[in-house]
Amino acid sequence: MSTPELKQQVYAENHAEAQAIHPIISARNVSVFYGENKALNDLSLDVPANQVTSLIGPSGCGKTTFLRCLNRMNDLIDICRVEGEILVADQDIYDPAVDVVTLRAHVGMVFQKANPFPKSIFENVAYGLRIHGLTNSKSELEGRVEHSLKRAGLWAEVSDRLDHSGTGLSGGQQQRLCIARTIAVEPRVILMDETCSALDPIATAKIEELMDELREKFTIIIVTHSMHQAARVSQHTAFFHMGELVEHGRTEQIFTSPRDKRTESYITGRIG
Amino acid sequence: MTDSFTQLTPELRRRHRAEFRFQWAGRLAILIAIGFLVVMVSSIAVLGVGALQQTHIKLNVFLDPAQIDTNSLKEADYGRLVKSALKARFPDVSKRRDRRKLYGLISSEAAFTLREKVVQDPSLVGKTLKLWVIASDDVDMLIKGHVSSGAAGGEHRISDMEMRWIDEFRKSGDIETRFNSRFFWSGDSREPELAGIMSALMGSVFSLLVCFALSFPVGIMAAIYLEEFAPKNRWNDLIEVNINNLAAVPSIVFGLLGLAVFLNTFGLPRSSPLVGGMVLALMTLPTIIIASRAALRAVPPSIREAALGIGASPIQSTFHHVAPLALPGMLTGAIIGMARALGETAPLLMIGMVAFIVDVPTSFVEPATALPVQIFLWADSPERAFLEKTSAAIIVLLVFLVLMNIAAIVIRRKFENRF
Repeated sequence: MSTPELKQQVYAENHAEAQAIHPIISARNVSVFYGENKALNDLSLDVPANQVTSLIGPSGCGKTTFLRCLNRMNDLIDICRVEGEILVADQDIYDPAVDVVTLRAHVGMVFQKANPFPKSIFENVAYGLRIHGLTNSKSELEGRVEHSLKRAGLWAEVSDRLDHSGTGLSGGQQQRLCIARTIAVEPRVILMDETCSALDPIATAKIEELMDELREKFTIIIVTHSMHQAARVSQHTAFFHMGELVEHGRTEQIFTSPRDKRTESYITGRIG
Repeated sequence: MTDSFTQLTPELRRRHRAEFRFQWAGRLAILIAIGFLVVMVSSIAVLGVGALQQTHIKLNVFLDPAQIDTNSLKEADYGRLVKSALKARFPDVSKRRDRRKLYGLISSEAAFTLREKVVQDPSLVGKTLKLWVIASDDVDMLIKGHVSSGAAGGEHRISDMEMRWIDEFRKSGDIETRFNSRFFWSGDSREPELAGIMSALMGSVFSLLVCFALSFPVGIMAAIYLEEFAPKNRWNDLIEVNINNLAAVPSIVFGLLGLAVFLNTFGLPRSSPLVGGMVLALMTLPTIIIASRAALRAVPPSIREAALGIGASPIQSTFHHVAPLALPGMLTGAIIGMARALGETAPLLMIGMVAFIVDVPTSFVEPATALPVQIFLWADSPERAFLEKTSAAIIVLLVFLVLMNIAAIVIRRKFENRF
């Protein structure tokens, strides 16, 4: 079977499966260019709602680029150009009429390096609520901050020092603070870009547990270099290689019976 | 290689020596810099400290009711009363020329001091008033030991006769030096003993206020726009290069620009702190923009991503997160610019702030001069007494500068300590 045909077939299978769960994100023939450089080549992918999807692949394969397309963080890079169509909740997010600010409120992002604002813990979480005008009173604001911190599993550790600086927390706590900040504005999708790569195993375990709880309410897409993490937390996995989406499917299937040779080589540690 | 940790190989020894040499070179450099600073400041201080004291002479002035009309107290000839007091003190001086010398011992200000006393308290008329009046600059210099007296020959401004009078005042304890508050509260004067720093100080304060009010907001907004919003293209680069060039333009060129544009084209008031401040603002603007851009660039991009990632607009991201973090750096840039503006003379000469200003300015459009220009003017004056005034004015300028820097540090701390 030639590669395009194989791709077609894999896509059709995954498409059918994803449709059954209802895809919240559909990428159609997406290509991304940095100047003359093509970083992503004709990629089509459906992401099912209320599931954790991992994007795996060797460095420079385009998985972070794809992730950053989903809430248009790539707009910040002047030379970046996106072709194709990305639908989030059935709306084309690259439509000129789309307001990026609203999009990012619906598609939140947690970054590789924890980046709390140099403000108090409370302010970190409250900021998003404030700018989007999501609360009407101080007590409601406090309630939602508390709720978000509880969902991020941080409340017990910081409830007595909400006025302390967010940058004074440990690395894992900072990252959970960033998650709390993101979920406070009630996005539909949370993008996590190697969120655990700088954390120790205990902090990582906490965040992985969190992902499992959070997927009841949110759709989560993670980029990870840890195959174990992908296998542990995600229901779906997409394997990227050299700017191409090589294979996409249920996590068990990708890890137990990959269809493509490159996927097999990568997950067994021969390339990457 | 050796087995022992304590045994030094020649290579290791060479490295230690190099380190030692470098450390001492650094210490030496700092020592030399401190040495120069100490020499400069102390020499100015030694010269200038004299200006804090002023020689006063006590006169017994008889307020002759025949000379003062109680209905128009202000119009009486108080100068004559003062002269009579001197004449009464030294009745043996009869020659016209000698008398003029005698009158020259005290400052012309004495008559005004006397008038003020009488106007304040009219009941003094008819009595004899013990009045301390300001001595002339020559007497002042002699008392402070800056000029040689008498027979030494050569150039001296005090004759033997004057010396005798002064000695007589001394013997009776009627001459003494007192704290010279006049230096701080009055404007410039042709007479060194009357000259004060206040008009120049207020001129500087007003100019700097105008300069700060114009250059700080404009500079910061320009920096924020160029760094955070403007597309990074050839135009942006061109603007950056031009701003860097402007920062290096000699200040007199800005003065000429101010003369041509602000004074001749727009007809703004000549010699005014308003125009001075505008010219200084032009000069300060590039410094502030460059420093502010550097401060904005130093804010980690992760902060911008964090803000944008939860749906802040670029304006919100910039003004809620990036600009507050860059503010201390921006303030430092502003203070460096303002300090340069404070010490600037050349552009102010071009727009007429070199005028002889006796009245202390009270608004932005009155004629004024500035501290460095005042220093320049006094340094140019022939009277020996202006030497210590010049040094004292330099001290005032330096103190002003230090206060500005302290204010900047305090403000910086306040913003930095928020988190």
